[in-house]
Amino acid sequence: MTSWQHHLPILPVLIPLFAGAILLFSSETRRGPRAAIALCATLAQLLVALMLLGIADGRLASPWSGGIGVYALGNWAAPFGIVLVLDRLAAIMLTLTATLGLATLVYSLARWERAGIHYLPLFQFLLMGLNGAFLTGDLFNLFVFFEILLAASYGLVLHGSGPVRVKAGMHYIVVNLVASLLFLIAAALIYGVAGTLNMAELPQRVAMLGADERTLFKLGAVLLGIVFLVKAGAWPLNFWLPAAYGAAAAPVAGVFAILTKVGVYALLRFAVLLQGPGAPAPFGGDWLFYCGLATIASGTLGVLAAQKLDRLAGFLVIVSSGTLLAAFGFTGTTLTGPALFYLVSSVLGSAAFFMLIEMAERNRAPAADLLAISFEAFGLQDKHDSEHPDGMVGVAIPAAMAFLGLSFVSCALLLTGLPPLSGFFAKFALLAAAIAAPPDAPLLHTGLFIAALLLSGLAGVMSLSRLGMRVFWNTARSAPRLQWIEAGPVAGLVMICVALAVGAGPAMSYFNAAAQSLHDAPAYINAVLPGPQTGAKP
Amino acid sequence: MEIVFSLAVGVMAGSGIYMLLRPRTFQVIMGLSLLAYAVNLFIFGMGRLRIGDAPVINPLRGSDPALYTDPVPQALVLTAIVIGFATTALFLVVLLASRGLNGTDHVDGREPDQE
Repeated sequence: MTSWQHHLPILPVLIPLFAGAILLFSSETRRGPRAAIALCATLAQLLVALMLLGIADGRLASPWSGGIGVYALGNWAAPFGIVLVLDRLAAIMLTLTATLGLATLVYSLARWERAGIHYLPLFQFLLMGLNGAFLTGDLFNLFVFFEILLAASYGLVLHGSGPVRVKAGMHYIVVNLVASLLFLIAAALIYGVAGTLNMAELPQRVAMLGADERTLFKLGAVLLGIVFLVKAGAWPLNFWLPAAYGAAAAPVAGVFAILTKVGVYALLRFAVLLQGPGAPAPFGGDWLFYCGLATIASGTLGVLAAQKLDRLAGFLVIVSSGTLLAAFGFTGTTLTGPALFYLVSSVLGSAAFFMLIEMAERNRAPAADLLAISFEAFGLQDKHDSEHPDGMVGVAIPAAMAFLGLSFVSCALLLTGLPPLSGFFAKFALLAAAIAAPPDAPLLHTGLFIAALLLSGLAGVMSLSRLGMRVFWNTARSAPRLQWIEAGPVAGLVMICVALAVGAGPAMSYFNAAAQSLHDAPAYINAVLPGPQTGAKP
Repeated sequence: MEIVFSLAVGVMAGSGIYMLLRPRTFQVIMGLSLLAYAVNLFIFGMGRLRIGDAPVINPLRGSDPALYTDPVPQALVLTAIVIGFATTALFLVVLLASRGLNGTDHVDGREPDQE
């Protein structure tokens, strides 16, 4: 007999699936009910994610023993059936996705949702892909959820249309299609050699491989690593990223802030499962560390060179990806907890930043032109245009510029890791963990890591203040008009980061617990595959 | 049979990569399709090549796994084909949109400068 809580892990996949399907078949003209459906679905996901967060930590009554929840689809046992696995890390990522989803959805309802068709269903499918990728315990299912989120993101990156978006979107699509093909080759190679696609069974099968088979397996694992690095935006596979993120509509770019972290998450998950002396290249040794450093360096150069805020935001995403890769590649496991803290803080900060710069740059001529064209193309003349102040709907915030400036400073503090917001605590924890690194960590690595972290922060401060001055201290600009539902999500995301900073102690202990249970691979394997194995090798 | 099979995969993957690196969007989409075919065949081959064996258990032949081919790669290939088909169709739309908006089929949205 199973309690209803047993079925919670499937809900983050099912809710957006059904909500998206309903939205797909309802008429675009019925805005009220559609917005209500999308909001309810996203709120429900947030609620489920929070419950799962509590269950994974043992604060709510857990229907599973041992803290790791396993949901067998169709009740088929693990090596043969497909499972969803819920641990603390998955719960954190689910909560982050739902929070980000809610904020960007509310923001987009103000105007961006009307810049094209099928925004709301695509948005739900994107959330479904993200949730599924974080929960799944099966390699091929990971591919399928990657494809779902990518297919939705292809639609979303083109949302609003226009030559710039189509060009950037085309590059984005080609790069990701090729990465998906590599993913398929990797999955096929791993299945062909190890005879399983179950992520928990994989380490056991790999241990039994002969030398020649092991070479093939390593080849598959390396390809898999390359795919995840493409998604994570690691150098030199990230040249598409700033263009695509900068060209995408603001709420889309906001939710895309978590897309690179899916690659990082998958890399981390596989690195833990495949750890050991014979770990394949991207998942072990110094390889990932230096890759992360190179990513930080390329992102920092981009940050310094950026002349526009949207490109700057894209490069900041790359820097945060690189920081995470370097932290996960660092010797020992003590950096994982702080890195997770940094992940959450930087994703929230970047999302707020993407939405903020769209509001701040709204009155700039080229962007306004582009927007007007796309609104015109869909027969939706923008009512909030500054030429028609009488047609205003919603409340104009009188101190719009003050709000924007304050949010900009908060985001800058968050993204560069200055006190007093959560970005500082995350970077401080990372640095502290690197300095107190295990004795087997080379001194060179510690030095390089600290230098990279501090220099990238410095470059961020310089670039953000330079561009910030240009945008906010420019008297030629009139103050943009904001609506409450646009300002609210940005303020909300910043407030969450403030809360993370105030509650840094409990949050940090949760992240550390998540890192500990993540690195306890035998517990994961035992939870998914209880009892002796009877699987037959094909 | 293995040689023919691997040659087919290799030739298609090679031509696919060549086409993918060409500057016109139509060549890119052809390259992606060829690569997808090669990858699908490759997945199929990873279930080991066998002639005349079904992946579904036949009550008359018994349940010895040696009599059957591996059904999992076939299921994977089916999924991969469907996803590849959908993404190719989507890319086709983007290709046409790019052609319409920019008036050129170059992947950068503009012709490279002539000497």
